[in-house]
Amino acid sequence: MSGSPLEQAARAALHAVHDPELDEPITDLGFVRSVEAAADGALTVHLRLPTSFCSPNFAYLMASDAKDALMALPQAHHVTVVLDDHHDSELINRGLAADAGYRGTFGDEAEKGLEALRLTFRRKAHAAAMERALTALLRADPDLTEEALHGVTLADLPETPTTWALRRRRQALGLGIAPTAEVLVDDDGNPYPQEETPVRLRFARSVRISIDGNAHFCRGLLRTRYPESAADQAPRAHDTGPGARHPATGPAAPRTTAVEVNPV
Amino acid sequence: MYVKDGEEYFIVDAHVALWDARPENQLNAQGKQFIDCFYDYHRNLSPESELWTYEEYLYYGAERLMRDLFVDGHVDHAIFQPALLSAFYRNGFGQTEEAFALAERYPDKLTYNHCWDPRFEQAGLDRLRRDAERFHLKGVKLYTAEWHGGSRGYKLDDPWTYRYFETCQELGIKNIHVHKGPTIRPLDRDAFDVADVDKAATEFTGLNFVVEHCGLPRLEDFCWIATQEPNVHAGLAVAMPFIHTRPRYFAQIIGELLYWLDEDRIQFSSDYALWTPKWLVERFVDFQIPEDMQDEYAPVTVAQKKKILGLNAAAMYGIEVPAGLGLAEATVA
Repeated sequence: MSGSPLEQAARAALHAVHDPELDEPITDLGFVRSVEAAADGALTVHLRLPTSFCSPNFAYLMASDAKDALMALPQAHHVTVVLDDHHDSELINRGLAADAGYRGTFGDEAEKGLEALRLTFRRKAHAAAMERALTALLRADPDLTEEALHGVTLADLPETPTTWALRRRRQALGLGIAPTAEVLVDDDGNPYPQEETPVRLRFARSVRISIDGNAHFCRGLLRTRYPESAADQAPRAHDTGPGARHPATGPAAPRTTAVEVNPV
Repeated sequence: MYVKDGEEYFIVDAHVALWDARPENQLNAQGKQFIDCFYDYHRNLSPESELWTYEEYLYYGAERLMRDLFVDGHVDHAIFQPALLSAFYRNGFGQTEEAFALAERYPDKLTYNHCWDPRFEQAGLDRLRRDAERFHLKGVKLYTAEWHGGSRGYKLDDPWTYRYFETCQELGIKNIHVHKGPTIRPLDRDAFDVADVDKAATEFTGLNFVVEHCGLPRLEDFCWIATQEPNVHAGLAVAMPFIHTRPRYFAQIIGELLYWLDEDRIQFSSDYALWTPKWLVERFVDFQIPEDMQDEYAPVTVAQKKKILGLNAAAMYGIEVPAGLGLAEATVA
């Protein structure tokens, strides 16, 4: 990481800002285009997205979360966050500059707030994490059946990044992380009836496939749109199992087409 | 028709367009942003040999369309699914008159679907009746993120949308192709959520709802409602080209669709001119679920491929399948 101490602190702060839809830090996705600190502590951050037509509500969420994270830095005394090249750039940037909030930014297109939207995607992130943990168990033990996953608790999971990720997603939803807590649960933490175990696992799998697929597509589109962004992208941490690409060893090479061909 | 290994495939491309995105037709910055977004999709997911120049992509015209689909592309029949985008393009994005004239000239090869927007309320309903008669409509394409005055989207369970569906049902416009976009009103919720499709499909059981992109980026929500609503179908626009860039992801999409829906409710489309059908048809016929994924997903059979590539859409639209190109009775049962 290069740059002044304030720029470094800013990048670290931005690492805590997530794309709620893709369940990843905006830094790893390459959405942070530039971070500049002036001598007087004024901080300017530019953000970029895979298309001009990315959903404006998610674009606003990430940009305003970024501004909040940067304002919390004691060394930064004036923070400007700019969303580049989006169909709503003007509207969103005006709202950010004025700290107008979601409703102040979008006017009568906004109704209440974006908390319900955040909750929807925290739930999806949890479902995906649950599926990764349980599918890892199935792969590790060929004799284990899907039906037998009923009753599996957090204590039954190995201490791996997949399990840690599940605990974090549970906490984000306000679910407990006691070792006795069952793994396959609904959005409120209630276990499913035993007979529903296979179909609930299947559904969680489709959630995981959807999120992982979108994350790869968005990364690829960003590189097509901004070839220089390839150097800023980190490999997706969640990739596991036969459906995933083999973990990359570093940022992908900047190419404009066939960016994710895996001939094997 | 496409022939491979002695098998003959009748091909229906269920989602094609004849668009004009040239600068003189762009109304504003969004007009440029929109086609640039499409072009990035094209560049990102196409094999290098199939890439178009930006100039070609802006406008390709009727002659090239006919060649790309029917001469080079193995396609037997294609269905226009226009997006008007009147807020971005002077004369619309989809070229209504040009596409319709082509469909009139080649009725055995082309079907013209039109579009409507419930925010035109009664005037739009009257218009729909005239359009149904003029275009002999069997289907419509709805883009929920079309901009209209101060509104940048609508939902399928809005009261006016229901009145349009009632009219479609009455006029025999049975096939509703739904393309979810990034904005709805209010912006509080996930615009890609397909819950409104669920409600409309429950309410209008006489209509078929073909969800384009098979619900992507919300494949899971789509699969969940499609298991419960027998009149909900998956359109493979945008999903198809992953067969090249990310074949294992494509295998998961097809595997999930075949698990949650069934092989009769999945339709091939190239989304021309986002991509061209030739390589997509060829790759799909050659496609198989990778061996190490076959614990989770059953292999795709030739009969399933025939249905997806053409027979399903042909059945929905009443397109005649030449003798010998359907499935033998035994296979159907």
